[in-house]
Amino acid sequence: MSAPSDTAARAPIAAASLLSPLRPFYWSVRRELWEHRSIHVAPLAAAVVTLIGFLFGLLGLPRAMRAAATLTGAKSAAGLATPYEFLAFAVVLTGLLVGLFYCLGALHGERRDRSVLFWKSLPVSDLVTVLAKAAVPMLVLPAVMFATVIAAHLIMLALGTAVVLAGGFDPRLLWAHVPVPGIWVTLAQGLPILSLWYAPLYAWFIMVSAWARRTPYLWVLGPPLALALIERLALGTTVVGSWLRLRLAGPFMAAYAEGRSKTPGHPAQGVNPADLGSPHLWIGLVLAAAFLAAAVWLRRSRDPF
Amino acid sequence: MASIEARGLAKAYGATVALDHIDLKVGEGRILGLIGPNGAGKSTALQAILGLTAFQGELKVLGLDPWTQRDRLMAEVCFIADVAVLPRWLRVSQALDYMAGVHPRFDRQAAERFLAKTTIKRTSRVRELSKGMVTQLHLALVMAVDARLLVLDEPTLGLDLIYRKAFYDTLLNDYFDHSRTIVVSTHQVEEIEHILTDVVFLDRGRVVLDCSLEAFEGRYTEVSVGPEQLDAARALKPIHERRLFGRSLLIFDGVERERLTALGEVRTPGLADLFIATLGSEGTAA
Repeated sequence: MSAPSDTAARAPIAAASLLSPLRPFYWSVRRELWEHRSIHVAPLAAAVVTLIGFLFGLLGLPRAMRAAATLTGAKSAAGLATPYEFLAFAVVLTGLLVGLFYCLGALHGERRDRSVLFWKSLPVSDLVTVLAKAAVPMLVLPAVMFATVIAAHLIMLALGTAVVLAGGFDPRLLWAHVPVPGIWVTLAQGLPILSLWYAPLYAWFIMVSAWARRTPYLWVLGPPLALALIERLALGTTVVGSWLRLRLAGPFMAAYAEGRSKTPGHPAQGVNPADLGSPHLWIGLVLAAAFLAAAVWLRRSRDPF
Repeated sequence: MASIEARGLAKAYGATVALDHIDLKVGEGRILGLIGPNGAGKSTALQAILGLTAFQGELKVLGLDPWTQRDRLMAEVCFIADVAVLPRWLRVSQALDYMAGVHPRFDRQAAERFLAKTTIKRTSRVRELSKGMVTQLHLALVMAVDARLLVLDEPTLGLDLIYRKAFYDTLLNDYFDHSRTIVVSTHQVEEIEHILTDVVFLDRGRVVLDCSLEAFEGRYTEVSVGPEQLDAARALKPIHERRLFGRSLLIFDGVERERLTALGEVRTPGLADLFIATLGSEGTAA
């Protein structure tokens, strides 16, 4: 485009700002964290509640240790491992729910309170804004979940070790049965896959939040459920319904099946979300990109309320 | 170069016409007052200028198309809508951090200087501030940006008189430097008329008056006429007539002052009076 002569003198600043597109992105993400404190508070709260339960469980730890020392069976080891697994599960589930609720309000709240007029008065593009909001459930929350789980596990280990030492046992016996580095490795691999698998869900929620005038939660649930119902009544098939079920519960069904059969790669419905070659994962990512593109367009063209 | 140039700018919401093909040209360093009753299209015009709404017709702001280049435009344009748009959860310190983070022309020290003159605490959230303080905060943020165009949409709506006066005084004394352009919309005409260089009256999506204040004085005259002179005065075709304390106040458009001084006391009408004179005949006076 042909720049007018008197903007030429100011051009270097504009060019410098174009060189660092990450800066507005970084600050846009930070602004989301200022506004939505549940992003770090909720996973932390889930961890704290589980920790309180764990504290009561510590009373029975010496007995469990005696059993572990004598039996050395898989059964007693499972008992020692349970709180650690449960904590990871509680934190991840809370994080996923927080992410979905966050997405539901992501582009709706700013229109409802008209603050969109302030955000749009700043040199941040709609694309950067939408990507920053999508980054919250896909990048920030998994990092928060991971850090929370590790911190809570370390506290649990420290407390458990103290109780075991006080009871006169060898703490190495406890450490041998606690599946801690293993859970961390599983999370480090699993959380990015969860983000990719749930990307179309987050993106759909964000798009609806940019589109809906009122009650975005109805619009998020309504059309998919209506589609599944209509298909069932009209055609008698359940393609949409089972696709939705797979999309929602796939990772959990896979994890459950894996835990059950001990044969990795044979999870429910034959679909493993962790399989990067699976078309299911890639179809989801294409959908996510389309929903986010629509959200960018909607944020630009929707008038504030 | 003109800061804002619009030709045939139009916008309709369904069957409601908000802007009916208006032409507008605002030069650099001008302070334009956009004045009109509610629903005249002021906010729609400003939203089009800011890239907040799609429009028909031609519109260039600082040489850019606001609809497709909003993020680039906003590096050089500042905007204050009516007071309620700063997010209520935002802390003052966060507002400063964020502006410094995303805006290449934001001068944090300048914003701190403006805030130092107020009683606003850095740790306060916007929801804890009074309406007047929120406006002070927004003004401090905006004045710390080295912008070429400042757009104000009813910026003092709902503020008491002291804050309203301070707002425009600050703007004029600490911000305006003749290289910036300011566009302000309001229906509180009296409060801004002394700072304006240009005025546009909008009514039902149309421009009914577009005039610089210098030209305004040469063009419009208000005469206070006694009953005995009234017929002679009416013969000169006033655009508006009203009665006050037994005398008639007549406003003339383009009639030489020398001819009018014989009829009674002559002065330049206020913008508010002219506004009513221009629009009152259609029964839509604010």
